[in-house]
Amino acid sequence: MDHQPQPESGPVQDFLNAQEPRRDFFTQAAAVITGSVLGIVPLFAGLAVFLDPLRKRTRRKDGAEAGAEVEEGFLKVAALDGLLQGGAPRRYEVIDDRTDAWNLFPQEAVGAVYLVREGETGVRAFNVKCPHAGCSVDYKPEASCYQCPCHDSSFNAKDGTVANPNSPSPRGLDELEVKLVDNAVWVKYQEFQPGTSHKVPEA
Amino acid sequence: MNALLNWLDDRTGYKEFVHEALYERIPGGARWRYVWGSTLVFAFMTQVITGVFLWMAYSPSSTTAWESVYYITYEMQFGWLLRGLHHFMAQAMVVLLAIHLMQVIIDGAYKAPREINFWLGLILMQIVLGLSLTGYLLPWDQKGYWATQVATKLMTLVPVIGTKLQRLVVGGPTYGHHTLTRFFAMHAGVLPGLLIGFLVLHIAAFRRHGITVPNPLYRRDSMFWPDQVLKDAVACLGVLMVVLLLTIFLGAELGAPADPSQPYSAARPEWYFLFLFQFLKYFPGETEIWGALIIPGLLFGVLALMPFLGKWKLGHRFNVAYMLIMLAGILLLTGQAWMEDNRGPKAADYQRAVADAEMKSHRVRELIEISEGISEKGGRALLRSDPKTAGPELFKTNCSVCHSFDGHDGTGRPLEKVTAADLGKFGSRDWLKGFIVDAGGPKYFGATVNGSFNGQPLGDRFANGAMSQWSKQHAPKMTGEEVSAVVEFLLAQGDRADLGPVDQELAAKGREVYELGSLDANAEGAEERACLQCHEMVIGGTPLGTQGMAQAPELTAYGSDKWLRDFVLNPDAPHNYGDRNAMPSYKDRMTQEEFDILLKWLRRQWLERKPGSAAAH
Repeated sequence: MDHQPQPESGPVQDFLNAQEPRRDFFTQAAAVITGSVLGIVPLFAGLAVFLDPLRKRTRRKDGAEAGAEVEEGFLKVAALDGLLQGGAPRRYEVIDDRTDAWNLFPQEAVGAVYLVREGETGVRAFNVKCPHAGCSVDYKPEASCYQCPCHDSSFNAKDGTVANPNSPSPRGLDELEVKLVDNAVWVKYQEFQPGTSHKVPEA
Repeated sequence: MNALLNWLDDRTGYKEFVHEALYERIPGGARWRYVWGSTLVFAFMTQVITGVFLWMAYSPSSTTAWESVYYITYEMQFGWLLRGLHHFMAQAMVVLLAIHLMQVIIDGAYKAPREINFWLGLILMQIVLGLSLTGYLLPWDQKGYWATQVATKLMTLVPVIGTKLQRLVVGGPTYGHHTLTRFFAMHAGVLPGLLIGFLVLHIAAFRRHGITVPNPLYRRDSMFWPDQVLKDAVACLGVLMVVLLLTIFLGAELGAPADPSQPYSAARPEWYFLFLFQFLKYFPGETEIWGALIIPGLLFGVLALMPFLGKWKLGHRFNVAYMLIMLAGILLLTGQAWMEDNRGPKAADYQRAVADAEMKSHRVRELIEISEGISEKGGRALLRSDPKTAGPELFKTNCSVCHSFDGHDGTGRPLEKVTAADLGKFGSRDWLKGFIVDAGGPKYFGATVNGSFNGQPLGDRFANGAMSQWSKQHAPKMTGEEVSAVVEFLLAQGDRADLGPVDQELAAKGREVYELGSLDANAEGAEERACLQCHEMVIGGTPLGTQGMAQAPELTAYGSDKWLRDFVLNPDAPHNYGDRNAMPSYKDRMTQEEFDILLKWLRRQWLERKPGSAAAH
């Protein structure tokens, strides 16, 4: 389609040239506000869903197996006589119901702990996760310490404290509460934020 | 044709656009050193094309991500090629990026008026690194899972908002479906979108100021098309060849499916992030933030300030020197990380972890091929329920406190103390023969001398017990055939698929020895030698001999799943050890599923590929 030749002069053109297009404040403000609303609504909906993980959810914790013996939050992880007195720490998986967004995985391994027998009736439990960056530490029998395979942090076998002062980990392994009922070892399994010198439980 | 093109040009003005794009003047002529930017664009285009097609077959969720990548790699036609191209081109892109950046610094292409373009380039670099970080997780294999885990944990170090930031990135308190959906949206949507946007700006700014020419009198001027385009294309072809060769001869690996409860001691970031990984080792305790964020941030900051630093008299030299020092530092740290994993005192641990990871990734592939598919529970469940893979760890946790397995703890590590029989080849001909000939030996009851039960030391209660005595007294009097026969007979009770066919004739003789003590009716002391004297047995519903004389465990269906299950659950039952028992019952010690896996592992009952057949038990 060809352009119509525009008249260089004439009454219409004179009128157009004489008057600058009006740019009054009201029109500008209205355009900006309308334009923003157009963007804000989808953005709000998107951000609201995106930020959902920050919302605190009450985790379902049933002590179904626990009965009256043990408090809420404790999970049975081992039999006491599976731990040698004076023996090396042993690794046990912690089994619990696991929720992953829309899925519920009943009775799955949700983490692991090291258990160390202390005397006749004492047991100490440590979360296997390195407080530095969350790798699972290995137990090294030849050095009697836990060693992180990622950045070389090491921890003492008996109490989980940092063994080598050059370890990148800011604190010892996270000790967990233990309850003994008959021959069963119950542990209150928790995870803590990495990288801090004191334990801050993960919400 | 010409009329048509003119018509099109009239409406779109494309000719001017094409002319501008192709006929850029290159002072000093086309040169090889200008190819790097183009190779990066080519690499990115390859990633877009391969990425979109991978997208068509990929499913981001914690139960389908690994499975869909497995399917692409091993089942779809040329899936290995598509994934390999994407995998290795990503790595090539990082290398090309480093070369491009160095070229820009060496040629002083960051100087005015090109500052903005230099910064645009740095932003593009961050986007590309973001793409590789997010892409590393998507296959959801052990390697990507654990390495990315470390990267996101480091986010919590960001002051004030760190933990919230990490939670938003991960999509919840722990890794799961939403980590994948988020990473995938970043990887395939947000970051490529940003990259395209910044790339347009980058190239527009580049065209505005033209190429940075070190010596314009090098040669006669030429045009971008076709002189430089040809050189660029040849360089891109070179990149493609390298990527193709890596794809064909190395192939994009896929580890075992991610499993949060299976620690992966071989977790390492992609090789080009190894220097950052190594750097972290030097920051003890709460100084970690310096190694993870502050120092890398400052070093990058200096890089961004290069256009200003370059104005100083010695600025350019400083910038080049800074770049070389950074490069040397990165190479040194990468080298150190490599040395520690391959030569240092801890190399053996790392190598063992790598070997274990490789074994699992082969095994899961084998399992999928034998069972001809993956159930809806996913690849992870396949490995977890596989006796061959999960058995050793279960033995280590539950049995190795007393028993050894071929002299180790089931997983190959030495034991500090053994106080019960070695179960390594339990039920096999060798194991049974060894037991009959030397029941009190160190591999059998002899190991119990250091053991205790319910706080009571066992002493030589078993090491010198009735069975051990029997071995000493009677085994030497038996003929070789008699021993083999009774072994074959016991073996026949166990219904073991892994030990080869039972010699029925020999087993029949074995039954005779079991019942009568000898093949020779007149042999001296044969009657008291008979196994049946102490061990009752029922065959086909009919008891051998007379009931009620048992002093030792009943051997009906000895070594079978049923026998073993009953023995381990009720060792103190009257038909087992009774009140002489010194083994804890395994009731309630593990889940039913774990127990089943452990028993199957002890009986070597797992899926195995038979040579020449696709599926076999």
